[in-house]
Parts: sequence; C-alpha cells; structure tokens
Amino acid sequence: MPLWLDMFLLFASLSLVAVGGANVLAPEMHRQLVDIRHLMDEATFSQLLALAQAAPGPNILSGSIMGYWIGGVPGLLGATLGLLGPTALLAWLIAGLTKRLAHAPWLRPAQAGLVPLALGLVGASGLVMAQAAASFPLAPVITGLATLYVWLAPLNPLWALLAGGLLGLVLL
Amino acid sequence: MTAKPTLPNLFFGFMKVGCMAFGGAQAVARRVMVEERHWLSERDYAELLALAHVLPGPNVGNFAVMFGRREYGLAGAATCVAGFFGLPLCLLVGLVSLYGYVGQYAQVNAAMHGVAAAAAGLVLGTALRMGTRLKPPPEAIGLALAVLLASTVFKVPLLLIVAVGAPVGVFAALRRARARTAAPAPPPDRRTPPTDALKRPGDA
Repeated sequence: MPLWLDMFLLFASLSLVAVGGANVLAPEMHRQLVDIRHLMDEATFSQLLALAQAAPGPNILSGSIMGYWIGGVPGLLGATLGLLGPTALLAWLIAGLTKRLAHAPWLRPAQAGLVPLALGLVGASGLVMAQAAASFPLAPVITGLATLYVWLAPLNPLWALLAGGLLGLVLL
Repeated sequence: MTAKPTLPNLFFGFMKVGCMAFGGAQAVARRVMVEERHWLSERDYAELLALAHVLPGPNVGNFAVMFGRREYGLAGAATCVAGFFGLPLCLLVGLVSLYGYVGQYAQVNAAMHGVAAAAAGLVLGTALRMGTRLKPPPEAIGLALAVLLASTVFKVPLLLIVAVGAPVGVFAALRRARARTAAPAPPPDRRTPPTDALKRPGDA
C-alpha cells in the first residue's frame, strides 16, 4: 500500500470516531502511532503534539504534522485528507438534511436541545486545557483572569493570550 | 441583525479564525462570527456549533462545512474549509521543519506556557459567555453541568456522553417547546428571533 493511502486510512479511521474533535483524537493517535505501529517514539510524539497546540491553528492539524513527520509531503497530504475528508462529508450530508427539514416544527427545538451538550463539552475541554497548562504555580491564576476577561469584557480575546505570553516570559 | 457574508468574506473570516486559534478555535470563531461580523445570532451560532459537536471530527471544521453550505452550497463549504485550515497548515509545516531550532530557546517555551494557560481561560470564558447570553432554562443548565462533570471528573468516554446527552437534551427541549406551544400562540416563522426553545416562557 502506498504511504499516502496508508496514512489516509489510518487518520480517517481515527477522525471518524473522534466525537469531540481534536481533544479526543490525541490519546487514540498516541495508541496507534506510538504503541501499536511504532512509527515514532514517545518524545517525538509529545513534542509534535505540544508544537501543534502551541502554534496558531486548529488542533486537529497535530495529526497532519504527524503524517508529515512520518512520510514527508505524501504523508502530510494523506493524513490531512484522512482527518478532514470523511468527517467533512458527514457534516455536509447533515447540513443538507437540516436544510431539507428546515420547516419541520421540531427541528429547531431539537437542535436547541443539543446546545447544553455543546456548552458542557466546551467547558470540559477548557478545564482539561487548564489542567494541562498548570505547569507552573501561577498558571491557574492566568487561566482564571483570562476566563473572567473573556466572559465579562466584550473585547478581543487575543489580548488575554498576549498578556499570558508576556507573563510567562516574566515569570518563568 | 445579521449580515450575509460574501465568499471572500467567508474565506478571510475563517482564515482569521484559523490563524488566531490557539488551543482550539471556538473562542475566536464565536468572537469573529457573532460579535465582530454578525454573520449569525448567538442562538444560531450555538445551535450550529452544537450540531458540529455531536458529529465526529474537528468541531469548528464541521461548523465551517455546515455554515458554508448554508450560505453558498459547495462553493461556500469549500471556501470556509480552505480559509480555516490552509494558512495554519502551511505555518505548522514550516514550524516543524524549524522546531529543533526554536524549541531550544527557553524564552519561547516560557511564553508558550503562559499562552497555554491563557488559552484555557479563553475556552472557559467562551462557555460562560455563551451560557449567560443564551439564558438556558434550569434543566439545560443541569444537563450542561452533568456533561461537564461526566467528562472531566468521571472520565466518561465522549462517545457515551454524546449518545446519552444528545437524546436527553433533545427530549427536554422538545417537551419545553410543546408546553409553550400549548399555552400562547407560537411565532409563525422559524427565523423570527424569539422562536427559541431555550428561553423561559416568561422572559420573551
């Protein structure tokens, strides 16, 4: 099997069960790439994951750069298409379905019923990130201040990131 | 009070979201689409994001596909996805090639630790902001907290949370909507603002 196809199939199978997005992807990716297939060692995996999370961009791209690390450009393309293609197709089909059902009186309440689920999951991923980021004593304070800022101030959230970066530079 | 974006609007809007997404795109996505550009109302955004959440794959990526399709069909979906992932992907490939080199600087790591702590606050603050602006009824708040606890404290697999939480949420919302329809006459058009099942009957 050509490498790109191998990567495509591997990452497509990972992405299609990743309900909840990139946060769920990481443990399963680790199991496949490091434990089962020995495509990279533990240290490389952690470094690439940390890099993808620190760099700007959707976290799912951590899979893309793992593919790039393993197989250069063909690995990158195979992994990215695998991560994004099948799930995008699914989202496309669901969007079509909701469009067709737009006039069904139950659709909108039903969709609204999923909102608490999304709120809970967004909150949970925030807490998981906070825990992972608590690598120095003042980290929870930075997290708490950023939370209050985004919650209460109608200003650009990126100021909080900039402040966090500067505090990290000063404190560490 | 929403404004329909053009295709270039979509491309550059999602590019902005992608490039400013540190540790997850949700905080920036909501900021750009709801508060800056008024492409969607808070409620429309929350409902589409919720759908994107229960589907597998990247949440905001799914959102890009669905929102793009809703606005401009296939061209819209492709534009949103390309805008969202394109530049960050190139950037990341460049960074990986450079990493051995930049990672050695202690200052870069220190700043990145601070950014990570703040990024967690961005996500938490976004959940709180959406929650307070949407004013969900008590049972919806209860469900959101139950999902939060199940995921963080009890480490329930996400697939299971969605499999149980989605039907529960939909059932509760449908029941509330029906209870409301039984009392006063509901607004006729689904686009009229107060059609929301989440709002308490009293506060509309």
